[in-house]
Amino acid sequence: MKFVRHEAPYVAPVADVASMMRQVLFALVPAGLVHVWYFGPGFIFNLIVASIFCIAGEVIMMRIRGRSPAKALSDYSALVTAALLAFALPSLTPWWVTATGALFGIVVAKHLYGGLGFNVFNPAMAGYVVILVAFPMYLNVWVAPRMGDIDYQYLSFLQTLGYTLTGTLPDSATIDAISRATPLDAMKSGLNNMRTIAEIRALPLMGDFGGRGWEWIGNLTAVGGFWLLIRKIIRWHIPVGVGIGLLLPATIMYLVGPDSNPGPTFHLFGGATILCAFFIATDPVSAATSPKGRLIYGIGIGILIYAIRRWGAYADGVAFAVLLMNMAVPAIDYLTRPHIVGHDEQGQQP
Amino acid sequence: MSAPTYDLGKLHGGLRLDAHKSQSTARPIMDVPVPGQLVLPIGQHVGDPAQPIVGIGEYVLKGQLIAEVHGTLGAPVHASSSGKVVSIEPWPVARRFGEPAPCIVIECDGKDRPVELAEIAPAFDELPPDVLLQKILHGGIVGLGGAVFPTAQKLMQATTCDLDYLLLNGVECEPYISCDDVLMRERAAEVLGGAQILMHALSIDRCYIVVESDKPEALHRLAEVMAELDDERLVLKLVPTIYPSGGEDQLVQLVTNLEVPSAGLPTDIGCLVQNVGTAAAIYDWIHDQEPLISRVTTITGNGVAAPMNVRARIGTTVADVVNFVGGYTEHASQLIMGGPMTGKSVNTDRVPLVKATNCVLIMSETPSPGPEIACIRCGECAAVCPVQLLPQQLFWYACADDEKSLRSYGLTDCIECGCCDLVCPSHIPLTADFRKAKGRIRELADEKARAVRARQRFEARNERLERDKRQREQELARQKKHAKAAGPAAIAEILKRKQQQKEDED
Repeated sequence: MKFVRHEAPYVAPVADVASMMRQVLFALVPAGLVHVWYFGPGFIFNLIVASIFCIAGEVIMMRIRGRSPAKALSDYSALVTAALLAFALPSLTPWWVTATGALFGIVVAKHLYGGLGFNVFNPAMAGYVVILVAFPMYLNVWVAPRMGDIDYQYLSFLQTLGYTLTGTLPDSATIDAISRATPLDAMKSGLNNMRTIAEIRALPLMGDFGGRGWEWIGNLTAVGGFWLLIRKIIRWHIPVGVGIGLLLPATIMYLVGPDSNPGPTFHLFGGATILCAFFIATDPVSAATSPKGRLIYGIGIGILIYAIRRWGAYADGVAFAVLLMNMAVPAIDYLTRPHIVGHDEQGQQP
Repeated sequence: MSAPTYDLGKLHGGLRLDAHKSQSTARPIMDVPVPGQLVLPIGQHVGDPAQPIVGIGEYVLKGQLIAEVHGTLGAPVHASSSGKVVSIEPWPVARRFGEPAPCIVIECDGKDRPVELAEIAPAFDELPPDVLLQKILHGGIVGLGGAVFPTAQKLMQATTCDLDYLLLNGVECEPYISCDDVLMRERAAEVLGGAQILMHALSIDRCYIVVESDKPEALHRLAEVMAELDDERLVLKLVPTIYPSGGEDQLVQLVTNLEVPSAGLPTDIGCLVQNVGTAAAIYDWIHDQEPLISRVTTITGNGVAAPMNVRARIGTTVADVVNFVGGYTEHASQLIMGGPMTGKSVNTDRVPLVKATNCVLIMSETPSPGPEIACIRCGECAAVCPVQLLPQQLFWYACADDEKSLRSYGLTDCIECGCCDLVCPSHIPLTADFRKAKGRIRELADEKARAVRARQRFEARNERLERDKRQREQELARQKKHAKAAGPAAIAEILKRKQQQKEDED
């Protein structure tokens, strides 16, 4: 009798990139729903625009590189990039702004470096930074979070769609009427205006511990993140590293000067900290690869986020922190090689 | 009796795999009858193939030596039953994935007539250790855990080291395989007897019998026999069920918390590891004078009708054995000699069972996991690697053929356990790639060695030519000096003689 011949091992692999990416997308659903609840339907339009352009960029680049676009699309990584970009953008963002970020992320940061697995930089963050540099004015318009107690104008579904498509508000609305500063912006400008933390935190948009709306997006992002940890899609090293890197200096500074430094909970829930810790920094391709290396990588991102928020020109520093640490990855990987069993301390064969 | 102990070292990574063992352990070991034809490869072990010492047409007896050790490393081969040698020819073998290698083919007469034995074998503890070692050499015994290293030579090497422990490996961590489990259940006395022989031969006074936690019956039986033996040198050790804790170096690390040096041996840190099956084979040879002509093998998988453990003569073909266990099922499309993680995929059931065959796994084809895509550096491979390598980095360097980095990242330390393949979400056949890269590294090393030899030869030649030239010049100078010292008359004499010589030649 004849048999087919394969190479050992003969047990089918248990993991799958496409399934990992799908689960990352599932894990973002709760946070996305809360985003829509607090900041309106703009998030969905951004997600659709980002997805369309990420997929288009992927297809075009795979065609140009002479490869099968279906193969690249079937791993869902372009959609993860689109989702992360959508989370990073204000819910009111004109389509061409989103498209610019999506295309830059996919075409330049991903495919010009060789596609999935070879990109040095996190594509979503590279795309976001390009928007930050090219269209800073659009990133300042965050609609006010849904809250009953302050006076603001709420944009309807169609009005939001209109802004996404044209970049202009309906005649009845003005930017000032619909938008509010983000908690991080408010903190930064408040501190610049010599107010104390207590005064700033008393603003209604500061919410209970890290900004109205933002804190709940953060909570549900964390739920998704813990689900990924349980499913072993991500490991604990990077989220814990980001936490340590950000919260340790935040706590120290808060204890030293509670009047001029917001506390650790504000840093944790304000801005994109939790999204970064569980979803952005954990992008395996652009992160360090050994467990020790990942802890260091995470800590580096955390420290940079704190430094940029505290002393930098930008309100939040997630994108720059991630991209800067992406650059440090080869060095981290080289310096954190684990001890190979049977080798001596110098890593040499005895 | 001493209770099993858990004070263990740590093993990095590893996997908990579906065991698939109960399907073959439900029945006792069954003896496969002597087949009509036996096929005995002369290269069943690590080292040089044995040299046949029988001719075609010769009648051989069960247990008769038919091929002897040839070269520095090897093991003899014995006839597994009586009959006539009909040919010595290339035959498909498992070692070469079903490609042919030289085999001695015996047509059995069914009488199973044994060679004459010495009346009573001397008790092992009356023999001096070196005589015992010499005796083991003639039993054709090799490591039965799958590595098939000639046992006698392994023991000889061990005598040059300071040994603290004998470790009897009853871990058998690979899925499907259960031959050691049932052997320990049914032949615990022989296994422990083998351990006592080994301890005597090597003057070791501590033996750990290491068994995985998923083998309670074997453990129970071993403990019973140990209570009867009342030998306090024997200690049972229980290890958790994690693949690949049964690898030799991994076992040492688990039990002693010491790392076997890279490119070294367990004996370097005072441990000698022997498979439980090997110990039983040593007992059979020393106590009952039966050389290694049969072994317990697991025949299993959804491709066979009745999975079970059988004791079969070495040289029985897979086809004959499968026939014995009720034939194939409709799922039989893959034949693996060994386990599902490290076994050898073979294309035909004409291959014979050999000393290495701990398992014949016949199953449906492994479902395709989908296409291989680029590595996303998730690092799961590094998390499961028992040697703490970074397979994702090794893969990168293997693609780039970067020999220096491959070495410094420990490619040669890879034990090819296959764990990284299983967890890779990109479905990269890492183990196969590493096997290839290792081959290339070996080739490069050979090439380098050849180049060094060639350069040495070239330099030696140049030196020789130079030396000859110098000698000639010195000789010429000496002659000149001589002539000058003799004066003009002598020179004229020499010239005249030269002239004369020339004319004579013309």
